[in-house]
Amino acid sequence: MRKAIIDKLTILAESAKYDVSCASSGSTRQNNSQGIGSANRWGICHSFTEDGRCVALLKIMLTNFCMYDCAYCINRRSNDIERATFSPRELAKLTIEFYRRNYIEGLFLSSGVIKNADHTMEKMLQVVKLLRIEHHYHGYIHMKTIPGASPELIYQAGLYADRLSINLEIPTEDNLKQLAPEKDHQSVYKPMHFIQQYALESKEERKKHRHAPRFAPAGQSTQLIVGATDETDRDILNLTSILYKRPTMKRVYYSGFVPVNEYDKRLPIVNEVPRKREHRLYQADWLLRFYQFNVHEIVNENYPTLDLDLDPKLSWALRHPHLFPVDVNRASYEQILRVPGIGVKSARMIVAARRHSALTVNALKQIGIVMKRAQYFITCRDKLGTTVQEFTPEKVRLALTTRTLSSETLPAQFSLHF
Amino acid sequence: MNIFYFDHTLQGLLCAIFDAYKIKCFPDLLLAEGEIGPLIVDTTHTVETMSYKYQRVSQALKKKLSPFALTQIRYIWHAETPESKMLLFRYLCKVLDSAKNIEKHYSDPDILAVKKLAKKVSAERHYLMMFVRFNKTADDIYFAPVAPRYNVLPFIYRHFQQRFADQKWIIYDESRHYGYFFNGETIEEMTLLDDKDFLINNKINATYLAEDEPQFTALWQKYIQALTIRERINPKLQKRAMPTRFWKYLPETWTK
Ligand code: SF4
Repeated sequence: MRKAIIDKLTILAESAKYDVSCASSGSTRQNNSQGIGSANRWGICHSFTEDGRCVALLKIMLTNFCMYDCAYCINRRSNDIERATFSPRELAKLTIEFYRRNYIEGLFLSSGVIKNADHTMEKMLQVVKLLRIEHHYHGYIHMKTIPGASPELIYQAGLYADRLSINLEIPTEDNLKQLAPEKDHQSVYKPMHFIQQYALESKEERKKHRHAPRFAPAGQSTQLIVGATDETDRDILNLTSILYKRPTMKRVYYSGFVPVNEYDKRLPIVNEVPRKREHRLYQADWLLRFYQFNVHEIVNENYPTLDLDLDPKLSWALRHPHLFPVDVNRASYEQILRVPGIGVKSARMIVAARRHSALTVNALKQIGIVMKRAQYFITCRDKLGTTVQEFTPEKVRLALTTRTLSSETLPAQFSLHF
Repeated sequence: MNIFYFDHTLQGLLCAIFDAYKIKCFPDLLLAEGEIGPLIVDTTHTVETMSYKYQRVSQALKKKLSPFALTQIRYIWHAETPESKMLLFRYLCKVLDSAKNIEKHYSDPDILAVKKLAKKVSAERHYLMMFVRFNKTADDIYFAPVAPRYNVLPFIYRHFQQRFADQKWIIYDESRHYGYFFNGETIEEMTLLDDKDFLINNKINATYLAEDEPQFTALWQKYIQALTIRERINPKLQKRAMPTRFWKYLPETWTK
């Protein structure tokens, strides 16, 4: 009784869709003119679903049969859903056919756990090996690591995949134990550690021998589910910043909890996916990675939760009015970067452009600075307006929230470019 | 009004710059040879494209601009908008007139305009890398019709050549009536002789498709549907990321 490929595809895509990490960047694979595929340093999105998420990779499960019963997961064994399994050969073929039509940038392979972690990893490895060896495929591969998998298999996986990921899902161990009694953080941190170790070793080796094998050149990533348990933003971001301190950890993804299962008394009752919170977490994550913020500046004992009405940078600036206004023609790059309404690109442009002539309000607008927000925090050659000091943070806050609430549409937090 | 006629190539434009400095007369309008100019004209000059001229100019530019700015010049040239030729001309003169590199002098309107337009062209290039959709034809060629806003095919074929090195493919600009054909070894420019028969309503005439092609189109459509999270439908966001002008070539948007 074999299922048609189209049914398997539907079932296994449905099962994989809540896993958000779609990024395919960070790896360059050149095609030496044999075979198919190349990985681009800046991953390419190929489509967008109606919910506005980027589709870069064929995100699919090898099987959605699972022996575990994680409360937050649609595939848990106690759920009565349709199940299907691809043969490794079917899935490899499908990946290649999609890739040849430029539908996708590569494969993101995950799986439910069948028999045990190692057996599952072996099956997944078969797909990846078929692609690399039989199909001469050089495109991007992201492979999930199954918690508890043995170091040998993780090593194998890293030789064929560009990125490996293993999801923490629930930020604190106690809560994880509640929701996924068969899992613990050790079974996640251990593989994370192996990946890091192998990747660093391979980097060292490659310095000595150019042809030493590469191990997961795009590093690793992980995911945290937000809103299924009671962790504060401070708990989450503290964890994030610790994770980013590990070499090879490239991205932490946040997934607003979607109540996919029938009511389970271990889970909170949510009427709405916490999109706004998820969005603010991504913004805070950006501040950590690109804006040289320390996690304690964003959240701390006094501010354990992110302000839902203000982006975290603006919220930080309003708590530190004494640091403003900054003079865009004199201030350091680091100071300019901290001005609400000025992004990394604009900050760089300001620093480059002011060498030629002092910048005016008009020049700043042209560069793309959001003056609505920035105006309270800067001075420049011809700007005499009121700054946050005279206007008071409370009034700025009011002026900006009434505006943002109406005009802000949530951008694509799944945007791919980092 | 001063008018320069030239052969409508980038090299020709560089020669126009050479001539302008030589005869000390700067054009208000650049026209392709044969194009009809305005009624009131003070002087006209016809530029002769010669290699020593454009080489001199391009060497001078190379000394004054970063590689990135040199790429921007090609982007502006391929923008092919009504203003882009004169914008490029003025920009290059400013670059040559200044002793130091001025490519980041963004308070100058021309320099900023170059940056902005180049960015748009570059974005269009990126859109194509995202939204090209190949259809396998019965003779095993993967064919993708496109209609980019700017003439960006010359900037993308290398990417596809690298990526799809073991399949034959064609990317065809329907609105400019030319494309690039990769035959498995080399790239050639080509034009469809009978595009009205081959392409019907922006789609490849079904009779020319490979037998299993509709099946893969359907698999892709199904996949995108299955991936959508119904609780989060947000068409505005979708359209911003994937402008509707591309949709006619994207099978995943056809089913509605
Ligand atoms: S192990 Fe993974 S697939 Fe299985 S129930 Fe838990 S989260 Fe879901």
